[in-house]
Amino acid sequence: MNALLARDLKLALRAGGGFGLGLAFFLIVTVLVPLGVGPQSALLGTIAPGILWLGALLACLLSLDRLLALDWEDGTLDLLATAPLPLEAAVSIKALAHWITTGLPLVLAAPVLGILLNLPAPGYFWMVVSLALGTPALSVIGTFGAALTVGLKRGGLLLSLLVLPLYVPTLIFGAEVARRGAAGMDIATPALMLAGITAATIALLPFASAAVLRVNLR
Amino acid sequence: MSLWEYANPKKFLTTSERVMPYVWAVSLTCLLVGVVWGFFFTPDDYKQGSTVKIIYLHVPAALMAINAWLMMLVASLIWLIRRHHVSALAARAAAPVGGVLTLIALVTGAIWGQPMWGTWWEWDPRLTSFLILFLFYLGYIALWEAIEDPDTAADLTSMLCLVGSVFALLSRYAVNFWNQGLHQGASVMRVGAITGSDTSEKVSNVFFYPLLTCIVGFVLLFVALVLYRTGTEIRARRIKALLARERIAS
Amino acid sequence: MGYVAPMTLSASDLAISRGGVRVLENLNLTLAPGQALILRGPNGIGKTTLLRTLSGLQPPLAGTIAGADDRIAYAGHSDGIKPTLTVTENLNFWARVFGTSSIQVALDSFRLADLADRPAGALSAGQKRRLGLSRLLLTGRAIWILDEPTVSLDTSAIAMFADAVRAHLGQGGSAMIATHIDLGLDAEVMELGPFKAVPPPLDDFDGAFA
Repeated sequence: MNALLARDLKLALRAGGGFGLGLAFFLIVTVLVPLGVGPQSALLGTIAPGILWLGALLACLLSLDRLLALDWEDGTLDLLATAPLPLEAAVSIKALAHWITTGLPLVLAAPVLGILLNLPAPGYFWMVVSLALGTPALSVIGTFGAALTVGLKRGGLLLSLLVLPLYVPTLIFGAEVARRGAAGMDIATPALMLAGITAATIALLPFASAAVLRVNLR
Repeated sequence: MSLWEYANPKKFLTTSERVMPYVWAVSLTCLLVGVVWGFFFTPDDYKQGSTVKIIYLHVPAALMAINAWLMMLVASLIWLIRRHHVSALAARAAAPVGGVLTLIALVTGAIWGQPMWGTWWEWDPRLTSFLILFLFYLGYIALWEAIEDPDTAADLTSMLCLVGSVFALLSRYAVNFWNQGLHQGASVMRVGAITGSDTSEKVSNVFFYPLLTCIVGFVLLFVALVLYRTGTEIRARRIKALLARERIAS
Repeated sequence: MGYVAPMTLSASDLAISRGGVRVLENLNLTLAPGQALILRGPNGIGKTTLLRTLSGLQPPLAGTIAGADDRIAYAGHSDGIKPTLTVTENLNFWARVFGTSSIQVALDSFRLADLADRPAGALSAGQKRRLGLSRLLLTGRAIWILDEPTVSLDTSAIAMFADAVRAHLGQGGSAMIATHIDLGLDAEVMELGPFKAVPPPLDDFDGAFA
């Protein structure tokens, strides 16, 4: 299992691995929003949590179609499916690698981008907490979507269509934590819901992803 | 005589073709009677005027939009567990019908909402949930269309339906929470009372009986459409198999 | 060095399908330890599908497969090689997945030692193939199932491969190979032609669509 994680991280960091693309995309979205909305800092401060969450979500989505498709094309998935490692573990590891290379940098970059959007001071902490709690779910759900569309030649757009509705609960609770945090309100309920969704998806969804992947491999 | 006999495509086709004319007839009669009764023979609401009468299309469509997804969920489970092809094809056949019903519910809702609330669209939890449900329908249909091998498509869409159902339910609660978080107060309560599941209690009997007739009409219309479309899917599948067979034989 | 509890792979009354269409049926075969079996048949007969079914990548339509669990090393058309990783890194990854400690045997048997530090993307097609095949030695699995293993290999590389298979058989392993090339192995040849599926009569056609 460590071997797979180490390999995926190494691949992401090597040339053409696409590490940092999600982060760059996140930055661009954050820069473009004020250009579209206007420079009123009060308005930007109000919508900052939502924009940061939406930007993180789209940045996660961006790298999903490479998550399994590359291993599918070069036959690695066939070999992994006949290896001693259960496919459930393999997809969990792939989701973890995706989170480390995509989700985690977003979590760390969010406070910096919060400055650009004039995020209110109490919001920074909860922004980071909400992203840290929520982005693992985005990776795991995204892996399920990637497993569904792995056999399709032009799966990218379909992948977004399938995954985005599944992201709705995570987005709602995640952005709610960040928004309430920024407004100094009580965040217990949405934070618990967010953590619950993340925990449940990590525990259960890999089984669905592996089942779907097996169907696609036959 | 077991229910599973109808899982045989041939048996399903002969039976559904025998039943379908009656289903069509009763459905269309109910719809005609319900709509005419509702539109022309019920009094205007003292508060809402004649706009209330769109309820005869809106409520049944919304009801069936959700039930269509439930039917797809059951059919998907049957396919995953017992691998009856008809079941998978029925789920496929129901999806566009469910999607259109969702769209009808959304559009009639907007038409009703405009004079009532002075806006075509309100991010009310119920409306938002339906919009999300519509997105789920779109994804499900798109996945069916994208995959060439029919059994693979059936497996994958069934899994999507299963996982999607859980997330759709979650979204429903999330959206409820989300809107209350935004603006609590009277407007949400009012919207809930008018469009809510408690409609039958709030609406007096004068409105209720024609509404019930319309609901029966919509249920049977859904059944008829799904039977018809499943038949089409079965025949399309058969043509595909026959072509494949010819390719082998040659 | 031999394999732990080598077992006979056997399939009985096997029927397999590709894309929902039955391609082979009534197939019975056994593969005993030390035995090599060459599969022959025209394109499209279902060689790849059969090998994938035996490897457990897809379920058979009918029939049973015994002795396959966790004993099969499969090598298909694609080698599962990452171009940005070096030869050593590629092999180390698979060695770790299969719980093997040393990749030396793979480097030696397929003369990869000189290429060890090159990124796999810089290898020629034949060298890549050698790398892909050398992976088999790291699996520690007794049954090799190989789909057209000699594609893009030159004569000396084919001899290298044949030697590796011979050594594998000598240790009590077995191999099933779909190939049209004579590898000079003492192997049984199986023609798949006679097992081509006959379409079912049209009467009971409606039941299952296939």
